[in-house]
Amino acid sequence: MRLLKRNKSIPFNIGVTLVVLLFLMMACSLFYTPYDPNAMEPQNRLAPPSIEHPFGTDNFGRDILSRVMEGSKTAFLIGTLSVTIGLFFGFLIGAVAGYFGGWIDEIFMRFIDAMMAFPGILLAIVLVSVFNTGMQNTIIALGIMTIPSFSRIVRSGFIQVKEFDFVKASKAKGAGSMRIIVKHILPNVISSITVAVTLSFSGSVLAESGLSYLGLGVQPPDPSWGRMLKEAQPFIVSSPTYVIITGGVIMLMVLGFNLLSDGIRDLRDKKA
Amino acid sequence: MKASWKKGLSVFALTSLILAGCGSNDSASKKESAATGTETKEKASGGVVRIAMATEVDNLDPYLSASTDSSSMMDNVFDGLLDTNEKGELISNLAEDYTVSEDGLTYTFKLKEGVKFHDDSDFTAEDVVYSYSKLAGLTTGEPMSSKFAGVGSVEAKGDFEVVVTLKERDSSFLARNIVAIVPSDYEEQSKTPIGAGPFKFKEYKAGQQLVLEKNEAYYLEGKTPKVDEVQFKIMPDAESSILAMQAGEIDVLPGISEQGLQQLGDSVEVVSGPQNMVQLMALNNSFEPLNDLRVRQAINYAIDKDTIIKTVAEGKATKLGSNFSPAMDYYFEDGLQDYYKTDIEKAKQLLAEAGFEKGFDLQLTVPSDYQFHVDTAQMLANQLKEININVEIEPIEFSTWLERVYTNAEYESTVISFTGKLDPYEVVGRFVSDYPKNFIKFNYTELDNVIDKALKETDEKVKANLYKEAQRILTEQAASVFIMDPDRSIAMANGLTGFKMYPVQKYNLEDLEFTE
Repeated sequence: MRLLKRNKSIPFNIGVTLVVLLFLMMACSLFYTPYDPNAMEPQNRLAPPSIEHPFGTDNFGRDILSRVMEGSKTAFLIGTLSVTIGLFFGFLIGAVAGYFGGWIDEIFMRFIDAMMAFPGILLAIVLVSVFNTGMQNTIIALGIMTIPSFSRIVRSGFIQVKEFDFVKASKAKGAGSMRIIVKHILPNVISSITVAVTLSFSGSVLAESGLSYLGLGVQPPDPSWGRMLKEAQPFIVSSPTYVIITGGVIMLMVLGFNLLSDGIRDLRDKKA
Repeated sequence: MKASWKKGLSVFALTSLILAGCGSNDSASKKESAATGTETKEKASGGVVRIAMATEVDNLDPYLSASTDSSSMMDNVFDGLLDTNEKGELISNLAEDYTVSEDGLTYTFKLKEGVKFHDDSDFTAEDVVYSYSKLAGLTTGEPMSSKFAGVGSVEAKGDFEVVVTLKERDSSFLARNIVAIVPSDYEEQSKTPIGAGPFKFKEYKAGQQLVLEKNEAYYLEGKTPKVDEVQFKIMPDAESSILAMQAGEIDVLPGISEQGLQQLGDSVEVVSGPQNMVQLMALNNSFEPLNDLRVRQAINYAIDKDTIIKTVAEGKATKLGSNFSPAMDYYFEDGLQDYYKTDIEKAKQLLAEAGFEKGFDLQLTVPSDYQFHVDTAQMLANQLKEININVEIEPIEFSTWLERVYTNAEYESTVISFTGKLDPYEVVGRFVSDYPKNFIKFNYTELDNVIDKALKETDEKVKANLYKEAQRILTEQAASVFIMDPDRSIAMANGLTGFKMYPVQKYNLEDLEFTE
C-alpha cells in the first residue's frame, strides 16, 4: 500500500485501476450475473443497450453484460494458468541455463531459439489443431507459447547477478547453488520477472481471444471474449454495439495489464 | 465495323434478345453500339461479368471434379443430354427426345443434329457412347461415377440415336443424364476442357480466376450468351468478397449471407429462394435412448423451428417437416412441417412414457467450420433444456466430422445439412437401412420397401407418390429433427439481370445480361 501511495506514475495508477475493476467484475460473476449468460430470448435479439440490458443483447437474445462477466472468468483463468505454466518452465530453464552456463546454457538456449523461431500464435494454433480444441489445451498451448520469453528474461538476470561481488563472496564462503539462487539471485531478478508476468498475462488474454476468434480456442458453452467477437462480427453493420463492447473489454484488459507492467518497470528503474 | 454495327442494331430491334453480330466481338465495337443505340430502351449486349467464388476449382475435367462449386462453374462449358429447369424438371438439351421401354431397362435418346463442340467437331452419337462408356467403365471395368455403375451397355444407332441399357430397373437414372457429354477421344479435359455448352473455356489461373467466353455458335435457339465473358474470381473470404462487391470489383456474389446483404443495402439486386437443402438435427437411431420412437418424437415436439429460423437464418428459410425441400415441388409432400407442433407438455409426457421424466444427457456433435450449424446447435441445446435433456455441444473440425460421424456413425446427435439433389432417391435414399452412409442408422422395413418400389417404378406420378409416402414415414417415425431449408441469396450489381434459382447449385450464365 505504501508503494502504491508513493508511486506517482500515472500509467501505473490507470493500470492498477483497470485491473482491479476487471478483477472485481470477475469476482462478482462468481456469485452473481444479471441474467443467466446462456439464457436465450430470441424475440429480443440484438437489442441496443437499455436499462434491462445495459450492454444490449447478442444474436440469440442473450444478455451481453452477463456474458462479458462470465467471459472475464475465462480470461483470468486462462491468463493466470498459462502464465503459471510458462513461468514455471521458463524459470526452470532460464535459471539452470543462466546459473550454470557452459554447454547446458548452450543446449537450453538453442532449444529456446528454436521455439522463438515460430511466431507464438502459430505455435499455439499448431498445438491446438493437433491436440484438439478446448479450454485445457488452449491453456497448455498458451503456456508453452510464453516459455521462451520467461526463460530469456530469467537467464539474463541470472547471468548479470551471478557476477556480482556479493554472490562471488558467498560462493567463496561455500554456499550451495540452491542457497545462492534463492537467497541472493532471486530477490534481484524478481522485479524483471514481475514485469514479464504482467506483460505475458495480457499477451495470453489477447492470444486466447485470437484463438477463440479463429474458432480454435475455448469452445461453447464456455464463454470467451474472443468467441463473442467472432459471433459479433457478422452484425458489425447492423448492431455495432456488440462488437464495440466485446472488443472494448478485451482492449481494457490488455491495456490495464500493459500499463501495470510499464508502471512496475518505471518503479524499478527509479529504485535502481 | 460499320456493317457489323448496323447488323447488330437491326437484329436488336427485331428480337431485342440477342445482339449476336458476327465479328462484333471486341469490346470497342460493343461500347460503340451501346453508345449510339440510345433511341430504344435497350438491352445492351456484351460486357464482362465477374463472379466471386469461395472455393478453388478442383479439376476442370467434369468427370474428375468432385466439388459442387467447380461443376456448377464448368456446367456452362458442358451440356448434357438433358438439363434441369427452375422447378427441377428435366428438359431436353443435347437430346431432342427420349423414350423409355416398357420394362424400364432401355432408354433411347434421339440427339440434336448440327451441334458443334467448341473445337468445331460435330456432335454425334459416338460422343455420347464415348462419354457414357467412360462414366460407366464399360471398357475399363471400373466405373468413373458410381451413378453410372448400373449401365449395362451404350450403343449408337446411326449418327443421332443412342440406346442405353441398364442392368436393372432404376427410375432415378433419367435425372443422371444431365451429366456432361465430352467429345470422343479428347483427353485434355483437365487442361483445356472442350464441351458443347454456351460458354467456351478461355483461361484458368489457379487461386485467381477461371475465365469463360461466349460460344457464338451455341446450338440452343435464343440461348446464345448475352455477355461476352464471365470471370470467376476465387475469393475464399466472405467478408472480403462483400467488400469487393461494395467497391464494384465483382458483379455477382452467389451465396451471400443475410448480414452481407444488409451491408450492401440498395447497391445490389437480390435473387433468393429455397435451395433444396435440408438442415437437420440428425439423431443416431441406434443410440440409446434415441432408439425409442417416443424419445425422438419428444425431441421433435420440444424444438421450435420457427424461432431457430428467425434467430439463426434471420427468418430467411423454409420450415421443413421431413427430409425434403419444397424446392422440388413435384415430389414434395406438403403439410408435414407442422406435424410436430411445438408442445413442451406433450414432449415431457412422451419422455415420461419412455421412462425419462428426469431427462438424459445428449452429446451434440457439430462441425465447427460452419457457424450456421454451431448457432443452430446452441439454440437446440437451449430448447431441449426445457424438457430436461442436457445437451453438451461438441464442436469438431469438418474433416473429423466426416470421418467420425458421416463415415463411422460414432456420435449421438449432430447438426448438418444435406445439399440438394435432382433425384428424389438421392435425397431420401440415405435413410434406407442398407445405404452405406446411413449414419442416422434409421432402420425401418416399410421405408425400405417404399423406396425400393419407387426405384423400380417408371410411371412418374406413381413414383412421386411413393417418394411422398417415404417423406411421411420419415416424419411419423421421427427419424431426426428436420429443421429448415435456408434460402440461398445471390447478390447482383444493379443493372445485371437473368440469374435464376434452381433446386441444384447451377449458374445459368447464358441468361445474364446488363440492362443499363
